[in-house]
Amino acid sequence: MSHLDGNALAGPMAELFAFDITTASARCSGCGAIAVVATARVYTDAAGTVVRCSGCEAVLATIVRAPDRVFFGFPGISAIEVRS
Amino acid sequence: MAVFTRGFTGRRREQDSRLPPGQTKVDDWPVLSAGPSPRVDTETWEFTIRSESGPPHRWTWDEIHELGVEDITTDIHCVTHWSKLDMAWRGVSLDLLFEDVETSYDYVMAHSYGGYTTNIPLDELLDGQSWIAFEADGEPLGIEHGGPARLLVPKLYFWKSAKWIRGLELMPDDDPGFWEQAGYHLHGDPWKEERYW
Amino acid sequence: MIRRGRAAWHVGTVREARPETPSARRIVLDVPTWPGNAAGQHLDVRLTAPDGYQATRSYSIATSGPDTLLELAVDELPDGEVSPFLVHELAVGDELDVHGPLGAFFVWRPDETSSAPVLLIAGGSGVVPLVAMARAHAAAGDPTPFRLVYSVRTPDDVYFEKELADAAASATAPLRVDYIYSRVTGRLTRDTLAAVAFPVSAAPQVFVCGPTAFVEAVAGWLVDIGHSPTSIRTERFGGT
Repeated sequence: MSHLDGNALAGPMAELFAFDITTASARCSGCGAIAVVATARVYTDAAGTVVRCSGCEAVLATIVRAPDRVFFGFPGISAIEVRS
Repeated sequence: MAVFTRGFTGRRREQDSRLPPGQTKVDDWPVLSAGPSPRVDTETWEFTIRSESGPPHRWTWDEIHELGVEDITTDIHCVTHWSKLDMAWRGVSLDLLFEDVETSYDYVMAHSYGGYTTNIPLDELLDGQSWIAFEADGEPLGIEHGGPARLLVPKLYFWKSAKWIRGLELMPDDDPGFWEQAGYHLHGDPWKEERYW
Repeated sequence: MIRRGRAAWHVGTVREARPETPSARRIVLDVPTWPGNAAGQHLDVRLTAPDGYQATRSYSIATSGPDTLLELAVDELPDGEVSPFLVHELAVGDELDVHGPLGAFFVWRPDETSSAPVLLIAGGSGVVPLVAMARAHAAAGDPTPFRLVYSVRTPDDVYFEKELADAAASATAPLRVDYIYSRVTGRLTRDTLAAVAFPVSAAPQVFVCGPTAFVEAVAGWLVDIGHSPTSIRTERFGGT
């Protein structure tokens, strides 16, 4: 199935982060690779948004939208680096 | 602060009194994909049930079919608000697969090829309530819909009908699977609209 | 971190809406509270139906700078839920909820010091953020050598043709545009791309935008040709 990339997360993640996370780097808990969030694979045709590591396809993050709230999950990111 | 958008209605959403609350009837079959589809050859395909006692129970593609495939006509309900009514399926009842399984555990984690998981109470899988399904709408299950085989649990939201099913693991607690960890309801009864935490 | 134009929800009013190609429409939005945006950024448009149902889609902005008049180009997807509405139903005077400016990664700014040339590769409607970059480059009189390789089915399907021609005519900001008309002279290939791109030795900064399959193919070719993966930034649109 087709996917987008982490640029598509700029809008949804703006509800959680005060800054644009697409230029932040994250370490994948699956393969250990450190990559810019904009390069992750983003699947939007699911029961929620699923963000996967471009290297190993491990799930980095999930976004589930309910009518009145949003759930952000980060099962596969051990840390995010943000530069000032 | 949402502005109502003049003239926008979204896709036509058809109602039907047989639908659970918040659901809309569709005639196509939407594909929901959370990642790349795993490719599984029926030659190497295996289904396994693991309980806390005894060795795992395994079936090859041929062995599971030998247990007896039946026709099922049922409605399915996706948490993303679409439902399909009177869908034709073919599969093997989980009652046949659990015949020789001994367990004191009450919950099951379904595991799929590709890593997907979802949790279901054991008593909602038995007594004619679920199947390992191979065909839908008269065709072998396409890969994008979970083929070659998926779990079929029509009484719960369809995220519980795990695509690319590989096995079931008995567990003592109702541990959350993939979507349940991400925000979806542990149980998922469409008639009680159990969608989210 | 540098907080240029932090993302927020705004209400935009449609000032212009006209055909851009046989399947796409150019839409100009007046967003009085817009903080400005960099070239390459996008916004999310959210539509709300009378029963509360909402649908949100991302659209790249063809303009940049402090201007509060934003230009978008929307391509109609045959089975789309949002694009047919924006292309056929949306009228001048209508209001839209928009969220932005979004995206700090797929951005080109004229004030950044780099001697590397810039290679822009577009597939279909993927040209929109690259048009913003070309226009920003021309408006700033920036001397960085720019090349745009624009793959599109036929000449009728070109977006922002006049704006690209104007940018390419700039005396101070060099821009070369190569059109690849896939239905006329054949699809873009690795070899035709290599022929019109900057050489590897020039170490260009590359931006690729378009449908996912196009972006993946082009990015793969660039790496095969010898370009460094870290010099390539990609933005995938939905669709085939």
